[in-house]
Amino acid sequence: MNTGWTRDQMAARAAQDIPDGSYVNLGIGIPELVARFVPEGREFIYHTENGMLGMGPPPAEEERDLDLMNAGKKYVTAVPGAAYFHHADSFCMIRGGHIDVCVLGTMQVAANGDIANWSTGAPGAIPAVGGAMDLVQGVKHIYVITQHTTRHGDPKLVDRCSYPLTGPGVVSRIFTDLAVVDVTPDGFQLIELAPGISFEEVQARTGAPILPMA
Amino acid sequence: MIKKKYTSVSSAVADIPDGATVMIGGFGASGSPIELIHALIDQGAKNLTVINNNTGNGEVGLAALIGNGQVKKMICSFPKSSQSRVFPKLYQDGLIELELVPQGTLAERIRAAGAGIPAFYTPTTVGTVLAEGKEIRKFDGREYVMEPWLQADFALVKCEVSDPFGNLTYNKTARNFNPLMCTAATTTIVQTRKLVAAGDIDPETVITPGIFVDRIVEVPEPVHEDILIAAGRSYP
Repeated sequence: MNTGWTRDQMAARAAQDIPDGSYVNLGIGIPELVARFVPEGREFIYHTENGMLGMGPPPAEEERDLDLMNAGKKYVTAVPGAAYFHHADSFCMIRGGHIDVCVLGTMQVAANGDIANWSTGAPGAIPAVGGAMDLVQGVKHIYVITQHTTRHGDPKLVDRCSYPLTGPGVVSRIFTDLAVVDVTPDGFQLIELAPGISFEEVQARTGAPILPMA
Repeated sequence: MIKKKYTSVSSAVADIPDGATVMIGGFGASGSPIELIHALIDQGAKNLTVINNNTGNGEVGLAALIGNGQVKKMICSFPKSSQSRVFPKLYQDGLIELELVPQGTLAERIRAAGAGIPAFYTPTTVGTVLAEGKEIRKFDGREYVMEPWLQADFALVKCEVSDPFGNLTYNKTARNFNPLMCTAATTTIVQTRKLVAAGDIDPETVITPGIFVDRIVEVPEPVHEDILIAAGRSYP
């Protein structure tokens, strides 16, 4: 049975849709993998919220610099031409619309572009928002990369989010293990199917109607 | 004469009183002024309101300050990092307050305080539960949320190099919230890895001008939170 795209293939597919020369912010998890799949002939500059443009790949253990971390608090490197700055400048870049693309993971994304990726809202849960709400409001293009359903098989692409929103109407494109889906004024629109996956299969595992490919 | 140099971390934090609001620089482990935090634990001030992006890790630094029962309220954006256990337990037991602020809003509220701007409007949190009860205003057809400045009595800051006037430079991403906090507290206390003579820092490379700094302590070999945690250390 064909199970669609792997995590790496999802990340590679998302990278295809990032224009050359983009300033890009990658969320934690599958979004981080996008950096491994920069298409031939393109150059992206990676922004990390804690204060760097030009973030490079993780260092070897013995070469790590304790003062050089990313927003996920993992050790990283700086590429030639990198720049450091404080948090207000970093969020000036985010909120001020200077970052071109942000790729985020999510718990839910809705047919109207709403995204919920910071809290389940469950009683007793410790709320933690970080920079997610700033990113979704400020970055020019918000892409979501996620498994199509939860581990329990529940749709993550839904009609309306049941979890507390990170931001309303902000997502433009979604990359899953089954398909690439756009958010349009008419709701979800199928853009591409993973190899061996049918439209009916995607629709059956989505919590809202999807418009088939034109 | 300008005299900002202190000879010990303990003398630099000695007058922080019970009930003070204290900004603590750093983002996770990087840029965290651990020696100043540990001096504040030794000093024992209680009922503190602490402003930091996180709530500390393991049982050292900020997590140890919280674990020592000195903090009544945390103002932060991300209170549950992978190695943070002290705050989550106290929070779930109802023993500590939390004001959750998105990271960019936290940075800008601190910046605004330093700049003398009592409030500003931001698109962040519009349409979410974090905007509930706050003033919403439209500019050019888009909604924004009003957020107030965030001031503090003291700021604890870590830098790389300082001169006697408090002109500071930082190292890589250890900069993070530190320069903002220098501007927003009544008294800014800095631990520097290296204290150099006036003129030894190129004025073109100064990140925090000395006007924002009140006290400087040299800590030549600061410990790092991740190293302490990996070694299984706790404080005190």
